[in-house]
Amino acid sequence: MNAILEVLKATIPAGTPLLLGALGEIYVERSGILNLGVEGIMIMGAVSAFGVTAITGNVWLGVILSALIGGGMSLIHAFNSITLKANQTLSGLALTMLGLGLSGLIGKRYIGMPLPNKIYNLPILGLKDIPLLGPVLFDQDPIVYISYILAFVFWFFLFNTRFGLELRSVGESPDVADSAGIDVFRIQYLAVFIGGIMAGLGGAYLSVFYAPAWIEGMTAGMGWIVLAITIFSLWRPERAVVGSYLFGGIRVLQYKLQPFGISPNILNMLPFIFTILVLMLASKEISRKKISAPSSLGIPYFREKIT
Amino acid sequence: MTRRYSNSFLSILVIILGFLAVYLISGVRPDIILKSIVISAFGSVYGLSETLTKSIPLVLCGLGLSLSFKASIWNIGAEGQLLMGAVGATWVVLYLMPNAPRLILILAMFLMGAILGGIWALITAILKVKFNLNEIIVSLMMNYIAIEFVNYLVYGPWKSPYEWGFPYSTKFPLSAQLSRISDTRIHYPTLILAIILAISLYIVLNKTKLGYEIRVIGDNIEAARYAGLDIPKIVLVVLLLSGGLAGLAGVGEVAGIHHRLRVASGISPGYGYTAVIVAWLGRLNPLLIILVSFLFGGLLVGGDAIQVSLGLPGATINFVNGLILIFVLVQSVSKARISYVRKRKK
Repeated sequence: MNAILEVLKATIPAGTPLLLGALGEIYVERSGILNLGVEGIMIMGAVSAFGVTAITGNVWLGVILSALIGGGMSLIHAFNSITLKANQTLSGLALTMLGLGLSGLIGKRYIGMPLPNKIYNLPILGLKDIPLLGPVLFDQDPIVYISYILAFVFWFFLFNTRFGLELRSVGESPDVADSAGIDVFRIQYLAVFIGGIMAGLGGAYLSVFYAPAWIEGMTAGMGWIVLAITIFSLWRPERAVVGSYLFGGIRVLQYKLQPFGISPNILNMLPFIFTILVLMLASKEISRKKISAPSSLGIPYFREKIT
Repeated sequence: MTRRYSNSFLSILVIILGFLAVYLISGVRPDIILKSIVISAFGSVYGLSETLTKSIPLVLCGLGLSLSFKASIWNIGAEGQLLMGAVGATWVVLYLMPNAPRLILILAMFLMGAILGGIWALITAILKVKFNLNEIIVSLMMNYIAIEFVNYLVYGPWKSPYEWGFPYSTKFPLSAQLSRISDTRIHYPTLILAIILAISLYIVLNKTKLGYEIRVIGDNIEAARYAGLDIPKIVLVVLLLSGGLAGLAGVGEVAGIHHRLRVASGISPGYGYTAVIVAWLGRLNPLLIILVSFLFGGLLVGGDAIQVSLGLPGATINFVNGLILIFVLVQSVSKARISYVRKRKK
């Protein structure tokens, strides 16, 4: 029983960087933009958070800067895909290459460096004594709690506010939204920026809280898994929570299975094989429930068309 | 016209900002980096031979990718397909027919490499056609799986007992090693194969029914549907060929250069990803891709050089690649825009 609780407790932080990234990417894709640069933004978030924390000793400064760097980087993609109406797939791939390269360049001096202060878990009094769930959910680090709140906020805003409605309508049919007086480009820029902030935060969590260390290329495909979770979530924040912790669980399983003599290389394949399985599940559900991706996903919107 | 100039201005700005960033972070002057790259890659016979050597896998992967991209299939999986080709060659040489005569052995290696590379891409194709999965994510996942698979083989079942514990397979016998031009590493059988295939692909794309169908699907999938094309079949064929071409590149690397299977990062420093840029910069034109591959081969050689001489991390070249891709992107936009505006004016 304790072993199971331990696995569950480790699952939450393992899934947190994915959850942060996926919440953001859901907003991006809901606005009709496909950002394949998540991997590159996450790793830039990771290196900048680690660097700032190592230099200043202040974790929160690192976290805030990584969010800004993530947001700033995503604006390159926003400019390419919204203003220039360039190919979004290529722009995203370019962003990933830029991020992987630049983070390697910046991070060279941080390899093997410890962080000055260790981050402790912050059990929430009262809640952590709930049987079973308490120690799993409420004996975690502060960013995990922030991610709970953000998941709720992202869900709430998407389905219960005017901004959420505008966001969804822009992604479904930008020309209709436009003729209803919604500033399509403003909404899209905002969504991509939010996505960048969240991916940056996800990276910061990875290097400062989860690892905590800087390793070149440490995101190791997490950005792509975020994109898979976004599809699995059917573009709904509440389902992204489920998807992210599923992958978190796989990651924990990877470590727990190591002592049993299975090749670490085979174990390393697990999240990637699981990604494909999860996408197949999502695809079945999409066709069964007749849901679809935001209709204008990946298609540039030319305002001239309706005038 | 002003828009075309403003975009050219923008793409040059991107490059300048990029080099400025490298300077600010590393303290190495951009002109020194550029000079170092150019001289090491193109400034000597040795440099040129290395550039040509590294351009061989880029041509093959670039050709494969351009075929996919022509059909608007986003195969980003050349890296994994290349690695599976390397596995195929090693399998043939060390386990399936180690005692076969040279010519048969070499043909069998290339064949098996193409088959395994093709099958690897076919998995992506089947998932796309049958389950409607996004091929970008799937082909990337297949890359990661292939990398772990190669590493599993060289650390596990295929690890050689004769290599002092290094993660290497047993060395290939001489009969399985491709010939090289004098004392360079240019394994010319693969080079010749790549050039022949580039010309063939050019003919297939421009002169055959399959090529026509691929272009129709790529340009306008709705039109292809109306025309009654068997789209799933063409997607499968395109990805099979695409992966097969990348697989050949993997055969060339193990049989021409390393003479053994080794860890994935030792076989390919990311040829499959660089080839994405090669394919686009070559405008998906097989003949142009040969030329662009040579330039990027040089960039890879230069990347190694700045690592050694200037102490910059290997990832720097990733950054340069990303900059070039944005450059290509902005350039391509100016053309698309102009044709769009022209259409509207009519």
